Amino acid sequence: MEIFMDLVEKNGLIMGFLVIGMIVAFSELFSKKVLNSKIPGSAIAIFLGLVLGYLGGVFTGGEKGLADIAIFKGVGTLGGAMFRDFAIVATAIGASFYLVRKAGLLGMISLFFGIGLFFFMGVVLAYAWGYRDAASLCTIGAGACTYIVGPVTGAAVGATSEVIALSIAAGVVKTIAVTIITPIAANKIGLNSPQSAMAFGGLMGTSSGVAAGLAATDPKLVPYGAVTATFYTGLGCLICPSLFYILLGMFF
Amino acid sequence: MKIIYGVALLALSYLIGQWLGVFFGTLLGINANVGGVGFAMIILMLFKEWFVKNNWMSTDMDLGVDFWNKMYIPVVIAMAASLNVKSAVSTGTLAIVAGAVPVVAAFFVFPMILKNFHKN
Repeated sequence: MEIFMDLVEKNGLIMGFLVIGMIVAFSELFSKKVLNSKIPGSAIAIFLGLVLGYLGGVFTGGEKGLADIAIFKGVGTLGGAMFRDFAIVATAIGASFYLVRKAGLLGMISLFFGIGLFFFMGVVLAYAWGYRDAASLCTIGAGACTYIVGPVTGAAVGATSEVIALSIAAGVVKTIAVTIITPIAANKIGLNSPQSAMAFGGLMGTSSGVAAGLAATDPKLVPYGAVTATFYTGLGCLICPSLFYILLGMFF
Repeated sequence: MKIIYGVALLALSYLIGQWLGVFFGTLLGINANVGGVGFAMIILMLFKEWFVKNNWMSTDMDLGVDFWNKMYIPVVIAMAASLNVKSAVSTGTLAIVAGAVPVVAAFFVFPMILKNFHKN
């Protein structure tokens, strides 16, 4: 047993491939046999991933979900920023540059609209919860955009660490919410074409949530949603601590 | 062996894109990557058009990129499993409300944006 554990720890990433393979196999089987393929296997697998991430946090008290358990460390490598971004970029191979250019304006409009919407709703909710200073309001509003915009903004405007942690948590909740709601709502909101996926990516922003949600809806839409969503965090980091902070400063 | 050309092309696009993202971030005075992945995706699309036009793409080369394209969902599952889900659901009501309520609102706004700005 000790030899086995040692082997697994030395080959973390390989173990990660095996673990994810098993999660996918289980989810596909569950989708086919129990749910009559009503919910796609990928959606179940992503949801199951979140559940395992929760359990990992409960057992270890750490910050990286399942990856905090030593033998599952490789899952964290496979799901880390490097592989995630590399695989997102690879999805562009299936996208048509012509369609991206055609939907460029629509994507840009949704991008600005999305950041404004999430930021100001976040600010209003933080206000309702009793925060009154511009730095805290701005940081929580930024956290409602993504879990990267939150801490970047918080550090720039000098928010307390408690508020920064809160903004990260809000961003992670957002990612989870988008992941779960997208496949359920896709049909009703007209999310079914490359153009609509680009608008969706710009509006929602969280590139992991958008990509996971679209993957569970229709994998062909992933590159189009991802190409706009990836600009969201950068644009958010740009305007939340500057323009939006100055705007808030006029009122608080 | 040509499969590595595909992976290398993907790596080149990735690195140029990330570099552009960090470059623009520094230029704008914020310590963040501004759309690096988005730039990388556009660069890869342009490379592909150029390679196809010159007949430089081969099946093996396509496979090198396509492997990572298809690995995308498994990587997302791994990512979901390594998120700090527990703290996200237990930091208190504001984190959950501020994270979820705007998302629900955005799902209602989305059809309006499509209706007003989407031209066929």
